[in-house]
Amino acid sequence: MKTSLIRRSLACFGLAFATVLTAQAQKKITVGFAQTGAESAWRTANTNSMKNEAEKRGIVLKFADGQSKQENQIRAVRSFVTQRVDAIVIAPIVETGWDNVLREAKRAKIPVIVMDRKIQTSDESLYTCFIGSDFYEEGRMAADWLAKNAGGKTKIVELQGEPGSAAANERRKAFGDAIAKHPQFTIIDSQSGNFRRSQGKEVMEAFIKKHGRDIEIVYAHNDDMALGAIQAIEEAGLKPGQDILIVSIDAIKEAVQAVADGKISVTVECNPLFGPKVYDTIERILRGEQVERVSYNQDELFDSTNAAARVGSREY
Amino acid sequence: MIDYAIPQTPPPARSPLVWPLAGIGLLVVLNVIINPAFLKITTLDGHLYGMPIDILNQGSRAMLLALGMTLVIATGGIDLAVGSLMAVAGSTAALLLVNHGVSLPVAMIAAIGVTMLGGLCSGLMVSWLGLQPIVATLIMMTAGRGVAQKLTNSEVIVVQNPAFEYLGNGFFVGLPFSILVVAVFYFAAYFFLRRTAAGLFVEAVGDNETAARFAGLATSRVKGLVYVFSGLCAGAAGLLAASNIRAADPYKAGEMMELDAIFAVVVGGTALTGGRFLIAGAFVGALLLQTLTTTMYVIGVKPSVAPVPKALLIIVVCLMQSEKTRAWLRGLFRRKAS
Repeated sequence: MKTSLIRRSLACFGLAFATVLTAQAQKKITVGFAQTGAESAWRTANTNSMKNEAEKRGIVLKFADGQSKQENQIRAVRSFVTQRVDAIVIAPIVETGWDNVLREAKRAKIPVIVMDRKIQTSDESLYTCFIGSDFYEEGRMAADWLAKNAGGKTKIVELQGEPGSAAANERRKAFGDAIAKHPQFTIIDSQSGNFRRSQGKEVMEAFIKKHGRDIEIVYAHNDDMALGAIQAIEEAGLKPGQDILIVSIDAIKEAVQAVADGKISVTVECNPLFGPKVYDTIERILRGEQVERVSYNQDELFDSTNAAARVGSREY
Repeated sequence: MIDYAIPQTPPPARSPLVWPLAGIGLLVVLNVIINPAFLKITTLDGHLYGMPIDILNQGSRAMLLALGMTLVIATGGIDLAVGSLMAVAGSTAALLLVNHGVSLPVAMIAAIGVTMLGGLCSGLMVSWLGLQPIVATLIMMTAGRGVAQKLTNSEVIVVQNPAFEYLGNGFFVGLPFSILVVAVFYFAAYFFLRRTAAGLFVEAVGDNETAARFAGLATSRVKGLVYVFSGLCAGAAGLLAASNIRAADPYKAGEMMELDAIFAVVVGGTALTGGRFLIAGAFVGALLLQTLTTTMYVIGVKPSVAPVPKALLIIVVCLMQSEKTRAWLRGLFRRKAS
């Protein structure tokens, strides 16, 4: 028994050694990516962007699905460190609790890129840089569009995202800050629709019954809720886009189509296609260049002027 | 001599429905004070229109789930898979309608067939493999979500089919079609369970499975079948949910709905320990939950603190249903009086 155990472990070591040798012989960049999971269409588009771009550039991507649990992600990152990947990308599920595993990565001199959501660490040098979506900027862009194009409509109801999520917090704050500069606007009611289409519809139904024709503008923290709200508005016999303006964020394909149809007035993009920017950054880090500590993915805005032309090319 | 004293639980003096009904009454009064138009029902395009109608329509899904859950809980089990099965039903129907051009009745039957199959899997795991219901249905919950995502290729499928939209949005003689579906399910369940011996079988299994088996009851068949029925209810609820928003969302459809259903059942007076069950209780419990949700929108409770009043109401209703709390309260008042 004992001999067989030794023999087996020797074989394993041999195999691992051979793998390392072949991997080094190829000189390909290997990137470990700890994704949150597959909880939304946005996330799937994000995953696909990372996978497709890696394939295009000949990068070996080791993909780990966290299934919405941080311990899975930590285990994945730890295994990336043991496998000596060239860089690690984390899309953190929660903000805290990363210190230990990041220290292990730092000791192994593997650069870590935090993607999409921020993390809190005791030591900022534990990760190399952050690449994310600027939720605050998205909210500000939505408010600015409204200030220019509201056409005399002023009373706003807000459909908030999931309470406590960074996207909902930032989009609410940015919109509030920007609206404060234009005293004609008032937010007459604000409730959470949890980023869900069904709840966006449910909350909007209640708002319409409560405020009647007072509602002139809907600000939804994501497109799903906006699309739900449109149905509630139509079922109440009103016209979305005319009686009630709808301002939304995310720019999923369906919403851009709704902009082209005149139902949503504007939707600000929250671009999930992180692949090109992330791999650009990794390649720069590996060449030894300095990279920006915090950078954001570029977001666009879709309204009646450009939606119809662009809806066909939307990837998600 | 052996003492054959049968441990007797005193029959509840009042129906356990009193407290949730009182809760609904309280919420309605609160709503009317804050927004006098709350109870106003008008007609729009030939159907009824108003807040109470919304409550019935939006609450219909939880009502259906709670009906299936009642029977599962009555046998001493629990079904955590119903939320995921809702997503499976919506995804199956949407996929068949949109991508394969199947006619609506076939798509509906297929969707409900798939969820009943899912229920059957839970049922077999519980009755045949002897898994704990919470474990078996947890497996189905995770698997169901996966199946829904696989079916839809992880995308939201938008359904533009007037007949399909009618299920969750349409009106029949002025009332939401969905609430009529709920009524049909509840009456069918009531007649099947209370006018035949089936209800007694379910209660017997939940009260004492061994005794029921020795009395000649096919206990494992009863235990398996309640999950199939729960799957049927989840399938119907999933179709209503997808129809209501005209889209099948594999991620968010039915998410956490299993907990709403369990809450509705417990508040409606069916104990989690199994045994005696109340069909009407599930309806009242789900209605209370939806009334509460709508009330929060009307009052304008901040989303960040919204779970607090909800939790408080749940605790109060559950406490008031407990015999011990009531005895303690009675003692308190008697002492004060003397």
